[in-house]
Amino acid sequence: MSIKLITLIVIVLGVLALAQLVRVYELSSKLRNRREEDITHRDNKANATLMLLFMILSYVGYFYLIAKFGWTGRGEAASLEGVETDWLLNVNFIIINVAFFLTNTLLFYFSYKYVRKPGVKAYYYPHNNKLEMLWTVVPAIVLAVIIILGLKLWNNLTGDSAKDAIRIELFSKQFDWTARYAGENNKLGYFDYKLTTQQNELALKTSATLDSAIRLMEYGSADGTVMGIALLEKKLNDPANIFVPEDREKMEADLDRKTRLLRLLYQMRSTHDAKHDALAYDDIIQKDTLHLMVDQEYEFNFRSKDVIHSAYFPHFRQQINTVPGLTTRLKFTPTITTADMKDRMKNPDFNYVLMCNKICGGAHYKMKMIIVVDTPEDYKKWLAGKSTFGDDYLKKPEAPVEMAVPEAPVADTVQQVAVK
Amino acid sequence: MGAVAHDEAHGHHGHEHHDEGFVSKYIFSQDHKMIGKQYLMTAVFMGVIAMLLSILFRIQLAWPGESSDFLSMFLGETWAPGGVLKENMYLGLVTIHGTIMVFFLLTGGLSGTFSNILIPLQVGARDMASGFLNMLSYWMFFLSSTIMVTSLFVETGPAMAGWTIYPPLSSLPQAVEGSGVGMTLWLVSMAIFIASSLLGSLNYIVTVLNLRTRGMKMTRMPLTVWAFLVTAVLGVLSFPVLLSAALLLLMDRTMGTSFYLSDIIVGGEMLENHGGSPLLFQHLFWFLGHPEVYIVLLPALGLSSEIISTNSRKPIFGYRAMIGSILAIGFLSFIVWGHHMFVTGMNPFLGSVFVFTTLLIAIPSAVKVFNYLTTIWRGSIIYTPAMLFAVGLVSTFITGGVTGIILADSALDINTHDTYFVVAHFHIVMGMSAVFGMFAGVYHWFPKMYGKMMNTRLGYAHFWITIIGAYGVFFPMHFVGLAGAPRRYYDYSVYGEFDSNSFEMIMDLNVIVTVFAIIAAIGQGFFLFNLFYSVFRGPKAVQNPWKSNTLEWTTPVEHIHGNWPGEIPEVHRWPYDYSKPGYEEDFVPQTVPLREGEEEGH
Ligand code: HEM
Ligand SMILES: [Cu+2]
Ligand SMILES: [Cu+2]
Repeated sequence: MSIKLITLIVIVLGVLALAQLVRVYELSSKLRNRREEDITHRDNKANATLMLLFMILSYVGYFYLIAKFGWTGRGEAASLEGVETDWLLNVNFIIINVAFFLTNTLLFYFSYKYVRKPGVKAYYYPHNNKLEMLWTVVPAIVLAVIIILGLKLWNNLTGDSAKDAIRIELFSKQFDWTARYAGENNKLGYFDYKLTTQQNELALKTSATLDSAIRLMEYGSADGTVMGIALLEKKLNDPANIFVPEDREKMEADLDRKTRLLRLLYQMRSTHDAKHDALAYDDIIQKDTLHLMVDQEYEFNFRSKDVIHSAYFPHFRQQINTVPGLTTRLKFTPTITTADMKDRMKNPDFNYVLMCNKICGGAHYKMKMIIVVDTPEDYKKWLAGKSTFGDDYLKKPEAPVEMAVPEAPVADTVQQVAVK
Repeated sequence: MGAVAHDEAHGHHGHEHHDEGFVSKYIFSQDHKMIGKQYLMTAVFMGVIAMLLSILFRIQLAWPGESSDFLSMFLGETWAPGGVLKENMYLGLVTIHGTIMVFFLLTGGLSGTFSNILIPLQVGARDMASGFLNMLSYWMFFLSSTIMVTSLFVETGPAMAGWTIYPPLSSLPQAVEGSGVGMTLWLVSMAIFIASSLLGSLNYIVTVLNLRTRGMKMTRMPLTVWAFLVTAVLGVLSFPVLLSAALLLLMDRTMGTSFYLSDIIVGGEMLENHGGSPLLFQHLFWFLGHPEVYIVLLPALGLSSEIISTNSRKPIFGYRAMIGSILAIGFLSFIVWGHHMFVTGMNPFLGSVFVFTTLLIAIPSAVKVFNYLTTIWRGSIIYTPAMLFAVGLVSTFITGGVTGIILADSALDINTHDTYFVVAHFHIVMGMSAVFGMFAGVYHWFPKMYGKMMNTRLGYAHFWITIIGAYGVFFPMHFVGLAGAPRRYYDYSVYGEFDSNSFEMIMDLNVIVTVFAIIAAIGQGFFLFNLFYSVFRGPKAVQNPWKSNTLEWTTPVEHIHGNWPGEIPEVHRWPYDYSKPGYEEDFVPQTVPLREGEEEGH
């Protein structure tokens, strides 16, 4: 309240003061018979000098920022690809800084030097084809160099990875990352989003997950948090239940949707080849940190469950969006272990990170995953302690196996037509 | 206004009534000059709102999590409980800020104001080809502005998917609350905006092509008109694509179609949509989106060409090359949209093609810069506030342009895409260059618009605060971006969890940026005051205050229907004969016939 009042008073007083100043200024102009469009020699000079001063000051500011923060505040590149990228970035920075200083300096110097002087007339100089040719051709040549170097690197960065690259999938959803290592066979198991269940968050495709997804669709989950088709039908057909029309419509729509999804699941099962199950069962799913081995090439695949995210590895200089319905990929080879990097950064708290870099909702800024680059020994030690998807999944199959329909959950859970 | 003049002007359509009512003169006016002024005032209003929004979220970035009276004053308990901005509202503010600045201030406002005021006056026409459509265009602009501002007050908040509204985020209310009613209003507002822009652009094109006065060959048109013409063509060719993108999005949201959706589980619900592609939206969006940045920039470049030439008292250097570069930029801007999509999962080969086309645009841009430099070289510069802003525009066009070379290089864009480096880049070219062009235009043509003069000293104060403030805001952002900071983050203190060095650097820079932003915002007070004070109390203007060559300065100071009391003047030369040898005065208006044996300048 009081702050609003004070702000208001300050604004009003400010405007009044300005109005008074302007009035005084106008009166004095009138006395001296000066019109607004007649810019005095003094004003012209003052602005010309300010132009030069401004240029110098902003250059000083620029140098200060460079000295203090460097060209890349994220530290040295920690991957093979990153080293090449930084080299090219530096080349380009040199080129654009030359252009920047050359043209800005000319601009501000001319604006200082060629301010109106009494008795000096401007030089009538409408065009000069030779000059214009010069500054068409020179930038064109420089750009050709930039394009050639850039595309060469681009082809390297986006090209195929080596055969022995380790395959990892990164799965994104609002607002976290899950990694899936391809396991012993170095092949990622197949997936289909319709197979998503509580114990199969990554929707991997095996005979068992197909079965439980189908059962879940038909009969719902044992604890009643997910309604199956059977239960929905039962409730809708029971004359004892009286629904608000809206709820009824919602339930009917839900039933229709589930029926159609179920049909697709049956189709999927009928074409599923059980030989592929093994591809998924040896995969290792990892939620909190992503462990990588130093000097090993990695081929990453990316998926998204809900909206677009972006997998951004600032220290490895790589990035690609994750897109629902589309698998994207990138590769890199980490070259510096985390322990090493902590030393080089002189910062024991430092860690590599995978960040989300595409607006994806309220907690977008928190969506990240710590990356640890290990020596091969440490990596193998870490890996040895991990269980595979098959181990975890087959141990406790999900969804009711029997055909019984669970007791009807209370009506309001109908709203959240949850899958998991 | 003199009745005689009025009659003459309207000899060709005498059906008009003589006594204009208040409504037809000030509200539903069909006169291009009044419509231009309406555009200007609406745009200033929208610009002030968008600027305020930016200050609100900048406070959060500099002092995350700290309670601010300023925030609670504007956002109340709903969106800033205890004076701390909510995560979702941060995204909402950023989205509406960007949308208003790009579309309402710099597309509607900049081209709307100056195309309207200058095209008929500078080509020598009595009005736009269709005054009625022109009026319709303004009122649709007004309506869409109203809807966009209203969306800020919706219970679930405004659109929160960024001004680029990428689906699926923008199509799923389960993903973010702003994608409910807020997004619907955004789409409705933009659909109306697009219709308005199309009506306007068609009018501008027809007027330039058909209503030029005698002697006004295409190669005698001022560069402003060339820029407006190409801008309008870009708008007509690209805005419909955005409209279809928006319609498909609307269908995905309401009718269960799957243009942009595939294999999604959101909020625990498994959607059936299959086979759509989010990338399709991005292609459609940027097919408009990139030409859009030139729709924003070209008019600013046009205005500054005129202003720099006039105030250097020299012809613009390389007039034909300037036209050529406007055309080249216009053409190329249609085949570069993919540079916004290098890391979206688009085929890398396609990416290479876009690298090539994008870097080509740097050539005509460089030509323009060098031509500006040569124009002021050996000039006799007069620093009106307009000239200051025009010089500022050239500087920011360079500074923002060179970083574009990094971003256009796909291999380097991998590491700068969606970081603050991009935010720095596009603010320097759009937030500074284009806005400077707009300010320059207002200072320069104010006497023509209102028949009064603006205060020069306040203009100086405005310029120096603005250029220092704005460079102070946007230059350090490059460094934030090079440190790897992603954009559209609510709070950079997350860096504390893995890299305390970067954390400190980003936090320090964020405070610097916000302080400069507040300074720059306060500086705009000088402009607002000057504008409104001068509209009502400014000293009366003379007919040709800047001693300019173009036709608008041959019209009387008092606005009349039909622009010229008598016949429309005939044009005999190009508009840039400043300081031509052999002439006493340092300017030769376009209406002065060539002397015997005199050559035209270019
Ligand atoms: C006081 C002046 C301004 C300040 C302090 C400011 C600051 C910002 C900041 C901090 C962002 C958010 C970046 C992010 O998190 O992604 C932003 C976004 C944006 N601004 Fe500004 N800005 C200003 C003026 C302008 C102007 C004049 C324009 C006109 C073109 C503009 C256009 C945009 C656009 C297009 C976005 C992107 C919005 C989005 O990503 O959704 N800004 N601005
Ligand atoms: Cu995300
Ligand atoms: Cu672009």
